[in-house]
Amino acid sequence: MTGLTLEARDLAVAFLLRGGEVATALDGADLTVRSGEIVALVGESGSGKTTLARALVGLQPPSRGEVLVDGVSLGYRTRDLKPFRRRVQMILQDPAGALNPRHTVYDSVAEGLRLHGLSVNEEQQVAEALAMAGLRPPERLFLRYPHELSGGQRQRVLIAGALALKPDLLIADEPVSSLDASIRGEILALLLKLRAELGLGVLVVTHDLGLAWNIADRTAVMYLGRIVEAGPTEEVVAAPQHPYTQALLSVVPEIDRLEPVVLEGEVPDPTRIPRGCRFHPRCPALASGLAVLVEDACRTVPLPVLPASEGHRAACHLAAARLESEEWSHG
Amino acid sequence: MSELLRMESLSVTYRTEEGPLPAVRDVDLVVDRGEVVGVAGESGCGKSTLASTVLRLQPASATVTGTVLVDGEDVLTMRWADLRALRWAGASIVFQGALHSLNAVRRVGQQIAEPIRLHEPSVSDAEVDRRVGELLEEVGLPVSRARAYPHQLSGGQRQRVMIAMALACRPALIIADEPTTALDVMVQAQVLDVLSALVRERGVGMLLISHDLSVLADMSDRIAVMYGGRVVEQGRADQLFTDPLHPYTTALGASFPRVGDPAARYAPAGLAGDPPDPRELPPGCSFHPRCPLASEECTRAEPVLELKRPDRSVACVKVPVTGGAR
Repeated sequence: MTGLTLEARDLAVAFLLRGGEVATALDGADLTVRSGEIVALVGESGSGKTTLARALVGLQPPSRGEVLVDGVSLGYRTRDLKPFRRRVQMILQDPAGALNPRHTVYDSVAEGLRLHGLSVNEEQQVAEALAMAGLRPPERLFLRYPHELSGGQRQRVLIAGALALKPDLLIADEPVSSLDASIRGEILALLLKLRAELGLGVLVVTHDLGLAWNIADRTAVMYLGRIVEAGPTEEVVAAPQHPYTQALLSVVPEIDRLEPVVLEGEVPDPTRIPRGCRFHPRCPALASGLAVLVEDACRTVPLPVLPASEGHRAACHLAAARLESEEWSHG
Repeated sequence: MSELLRMESLSVTYRTEEGPLPAVRDVDLVVDRGEVVGVAGESGCGKSTLASTVLRLQPASATVTGTVLVDGEDVLTMRWADLRALRWAGASIVFQGALHSLNAVRRVGQQIAEPIRLHEPSVSDAEVDRRVGELLEEVGLPVSRARAYPHQLSGGQRQRVMIAMALACRPALIIADEPTTALDVMVQAQVLDVLSALVRERGVGMLLISHDLSVLADMSDRIAVMYGGRVVEQGRADQLFTDPLHPYTTALGASFPRVGDPAARYAPAGLAGDPPDPRELPPGCSFHPRCPLASEECTRAEPVLELKRPDRSVACVKVPVTGGAR
């Protein structure tokens, strides 16, 4: 396996709605995912996380910015996309809907091989992919149909279909949200195993911070079309800088937890992105007076796109001011 | 009497083409006024069937044995007219999947008003409007949303409408079946806050059903864990969550890790295998094929749900009786 680096650079996706309004679902995002690492993209519905994932795999041409594949800008002609799509495989949420109910497990897994003209010893390739996805003995499943499988088995068949093409990266959209609780851990353990044994990179799109804590090296938190905080998962979880991340972490249900900060309302409509910091109308730090020194900036000065980096950083006027005063005091 | 709901030796079996399907097997459960009882379990464990029997909503293919008492009245033998009065006014259900449960072509205000108009035909239009407005406020929606259609609302707002409907006839008992399953964490927290306020301020009793043990631990006074149609562990919510005794409860709790817990980092916890098909339950303890503690004795007989600690019943032969329990 060769390894691959996939980058989003100031990537934006806007949809023109009926009536001429423009919904900026993704409003500029920088993100890097490499083979061998697991990155979680965390956010609520309407945060733009699925749009970013779809733009990264070339399913959604950007309205601004670009996708870089090993440093080269991704083209959107079929002959550019086809080899790219073999190397970067998307696993959709809801395995019940993503599998064709009239295709056997064998045909579902072999389909990608056939499309890409990669069937050499097809039966062996399909068997290997199923075994790698934890379905053993694979031959016993060849002729089964999706309705004869459990939810966990279906998700493994989808993963096997992706693995058959020997990709460098997997992009998984909510891979466990529709599965039973006791099955969830098994699928997440499989993703960790694929990283360890095949050196695969995985971008997991999820609303579940527990999932990020379970498997992700790095976590990026999205809000209303932007990445608002990113860094090593330990740092983001232990010392969240952005008031939005702090609030999200505080409402993860647990019996002995932080004082919950329940935000009012929901992620706003992407046709009306608030000016200044896009989070300011819901920001608990602003409402409580904690951000009084930067208040004007919060309301009027937009934040730049958070650059992709290994370090921990947040797109927040208050976090920036704190960082500055710390640097000041350290001379 | 503070007891709102009592289930005794409740069993529900569905007739299917592939043979009888025992969905609920011999369940005992009590909910008091002002109390939240959580029912935890995964798909096929029988928790939704259990909920449906409280208002006799189970399908005609179901055979129900045992007793379901709501406010002392036997629901299973109740006359039709009494059952109609019980539904909405005595007890009501908040279903999961609010999008499919609401009528897409009627304004949500009309839908909230419907049970009031049905049960209290003498109430004037103005009074109905006033009550709908109050209900919307109680679940945290602006009164103006009464004129919205379901598709104009977000998932969290639709779930609030479902709760408002369930409250419309001021029931004493609310059954919430996975009320937050499809919702984001922040919206989930908002909806759970609404439900907690109902219990605190109105003193309703609540049967809260979820696959997420951490949600139940936060919300409930007591929790019953179901597997293969039976209750396998029951006890006080805080104790059951922090010190689970049945190996299935342990696994269910670990499957949603505590964010920040070093033990869960790069170590997702799960169980091999799938929940059992109720038509083909394994012999003995139905959990034994997936149980890390299972031995030969677990395959012989189904373990009895018995008191293993003060205030805690467990159906597992591997859990010793200690701490002054019988």
